[in-house]
Amino acid sequence: MKTSREAGHTTTRFEVLVVGGGPAGMAAAARAAECGLRVGLVDDNFRLGGQIWRSQPDADSGAEASKWAERVFKAGVTVLYGLRVVDQPEAGILLAESSERFSELAYEKLVLATGARERFLPFPGWTLPNVMGAGGLQAIVKSGLPIDGKRVVVAGTGPLLLAVAAYLRSHGAQVPLVCEQATWGSLTRFGLALSRWPAKVIQGLQLRRDLTGTRFAANSWPLTAHGQQALESVTITRAGRTETIACDYLACGFHLVPNIELPRLLGCTATNGYVTVDDFQQTTIPSIFCAGEPTSIGGVELAIIEGQIAGLAVAGRAAEARLLFGKRERARRFARLLDRTFQLRSELSKLPSAETIICRCEDVLYSRLRKHTSWRAAKLHTRCGMGPCQGRVCGPATQFLFNWNPDSVRPPVFPARIETMAAVTGQLEPSAAK
Amino acid sequence: MSKTVYDAIVVGTGIVGAACAYELSRRGLKVAVIGQDIVGSGATAAGMGHIVVMDDSEAQFALTRYSQQLWHQLRAELPDDVEYEQCGTIWVASDEEEMIEVRRKHTYYADRGVPTEVLNPQQLRSLEPNLRPGMAGGLLVPQDGVLYPPCAASCLMQRAQERAAQLRLGVGVEAIGKDKARLQDGSEFSAPVIVNAAGASAAELTPGLEIKKRKGHLVITDRYPGFIRHQLVELGYLKSAHSVSSDSVAFNVQPRRTGQILIGSSRQYGAEHPQVDHSMVSRMLQRAQDYMPGLAHMSAVRTWTGFRAATPDKLPLIGPWTGDKSIFLATGHEGLGITTSLGTARILADQITGSTPEIPIDAYLPSRAVKEHAHA
Amino acid sequence: MLSQVTLTVNGTQIAVPPGATVAVAIMLAGQACRTSVSGEPRGPLCGMGICFECRVAIDGKAHCRSCQVLCEEGMQVSTE
Repeated sequence: MKTSREAGHTTTRFEVLVVGGGPAGMAAAARAAECGLRVGLVDDNFRLGGQIWRSQPDADSGAEASKWAERVFKAGVTVLYGLRVVDQPEAGILLAESSERFSELAYEKLVLATGARERFLPFPGWTLPNVMGAGGLQAIVKSGLPIDGKRVVVAGTGPLLLAVAAYLRSHGAQVPLVCEQATWGSLTRFGLALSRWPAKVIQGLQLRRDLTGTRFAANSWPLTAHGQQALESVTITRAGRTETIACDYLACGFHLVPNIELPRLLGCTATNGYVTVDDFQQTTIPSIFCAGEPTSIGGVELAIIEGQIAGLAVAGRAAEARLLFGKRERARRFARLLDRTFQLRSELSKLPSAETIICRCEDVLYSRLRKHTSWRAAKLHTRCGMGPCQGRVCGPATQFLFNWNPDSVRPPVFPARIETMAAVTGQLEPSAAK
Repeated sequence: MSKTVYDAIVVGTGIVGAACAYELSRRGLKVAVIGQDIVGSGATAAGMGHIVVMDDSEAQFALTRYSQQLWHQLRAELPDDVEYEQCGTIWVASDEEEMIEVRRKHTYYADRGVPTEVLNPQQLRSLEPNLRPGMAGGLLVPQDGVLYPPCAASCLMQRAQERAAQLRLGVGVEAIGKDKARLQDGSEFSAPVIVNAAGASAAELTPGLEIKKRKGHLVITDRYPGFIRHQLVELGYLKSAHSVSSDSVAFNVQPRRTGQILIGSSRQYGAEHPQVDHSMVSRMLQRAQDYMPGLAHMSAVRTWTGFRAATPDKLPLIGPWTGDKSIFLATGHEGLGITTSLGTARILADQITGSTPEIPIDAYLPSRAVKEHAHA
Repeated sequence: MLSQVTLTVNGTQIAVPPGATVAVAIMLAGQACRTSVSGEPRGPLCGMGICFECRVAIDGKAHCRSCQVLCEEGMQVSTE
């Protein structure tokens, strides 16, 4: 049996390992390394920034993102790109794989900054090509899709919708309508509350300027996407009336879902779908800390603050960490505001018809799922959630539609090659990080 | 419900419990079925769903062959989600010593009316080109098949319910005996016959039963249609199934109708927790890669575990329990529960209703356990 | 036109700007990335590598998430 060493794969030891190279991860890694610790930062992308600070950042995030990237490199963090964590074969060691090989990453302290993903809710026609997430379409455009002159309807919920609409317009798309399912009341309260966060007010005003010419509708959501081989139009509801809009793309996402799969695999307690942490961002496992969206969906500012607290905490700098508690509390209020404002309304759970596919990996219809009383039963008997997405798309959808709770997480926490899963681990040399 | 007297109570809603419930209700008995979880969620959910004849002993052969024929009879009525495929098995021989075993099996099965074909290396290669070159050959058993166990259990349970069986899920059974089953929520069911089909938990319900849990792991890949066409098992599988004390793995892979490849198998004694054990998975996958190097780069999507119910003599317990007149056993199927569920249900129901079983049943009687104990 | 990347999608040559992902190349070629279990055409949904709708075979390797792979000169892409 080949050990990973014999197979020519790397094993590296860190004092602090940070999983996730978005704002929280970068902040944690920089801070811990600035305190003199040997820090590794692992991310499955080829650039730092996570989802929110993706390539081609806009003017605002550009400065912040660059600043943290600079701090990460200046502090001597070992950045491991293109590596995806798939398992913890034994305590203190993570198994990760890239497109070509796999690595064992040993740590004394771990900071999980695994971010969030979009929530997708099913409705008739949602599986048509060119129906994508809101962040999804933005990511695809950022990775080279020409959008100039294309018609895009943006729908769903959350602050991402306006940001995406503005981004698409700035690249030449026509955005006839943004459909936000929240009520005018919630949005107005959100707008008023925003005045407490001046930076966000400015952001909001800039967005307004960018969006002149785009209609914005509250109490509005998609009913059906139409098309043969790909999307041709979408029927939406607003103000109790329906409207069908011809379009090339539908950018539709319902806010964010925290990526808690890895924390749960490692045994961290989660409450109401978020990783439980104390004031120092420490989880219920003493050597594991968690920062950013997995602890609560709160946006970039909160993520950066939490990341810093975690980075300082793993370095034993409690007093310095405490200095950030006030800022974190302020940022957390924004997170709670987001939560309240963009609650999903019950009408959205009535969108699927009997023939609507809910599990896209296995093409399981709503009518088949409806009969089951739990996620486990549905999974076992319909194979919903047994595909490669491992329930990342259909899990949050069925949780909303049927009130099901997800069951235990098993490795691999992301699909992994057989040869990676076959790795014989624990043959580490006490080598220093590169 | 506690006022109703049933003709039979079945405890356990895995494939064996479901098959028994179906068979008993088919014969007109009023049946109550109790499961502490959902249908097919125990060992059934961790079964490979291989419908296979085995020749470890005459008794094992008789039961597997009988059951396989019952599956053949049922297959036309099975719904799509059971995914029944008669893909056949190939027992793979990696050296000449194993080829001797192949020929022995061929003769054994031929003598008993089971069609098989000895494959030379070229024939093996043409049937399964993704096996590592250098194999000595194999044995093709074309009448073997595969299915998806949780839906098979669900299908059988539904048929039982269509014949008035009452299903109660989500509650454990505290105790059974003396014509009663007492549930953990305090309710009681009465019947002159109580069937313990509780699989790996059977010994908790019937103290004195010699049933040990034998943990197994499974891995399933993304879709690679056409990579394998038959269930492939190494001849060393039997050595693994034989080993009484040590942890072992064997090459055992299956094509699913979806094109996904199901990879097994492993056996561990003394592991009581259901968590995936990385070292067992890695050993199992190393073995699989040995036989099929092409597996190495495939995407593994899930791993999971289950507990087989193992008896000392490797044969199931089917029949009246010596400790209590009202208790019948239908448990201890180890790795053959899916295959032998239908045969088990038949011979159990025969004993309950006083019909003559279609195969000799002495080897499965719980009363044998008392005798066997001296030899264990 | 400077340094466009040329690759093949299902036998058809397609040119994309450098830095474009394979998913974009497939979309520009007017194709779906894959056919689902029940025969539906599918394209990218999440854009961040978690939905697995954009899986294609790249240079013979199956199940690559095309939204995560940068186009390289001469790549052979075939949709599933």
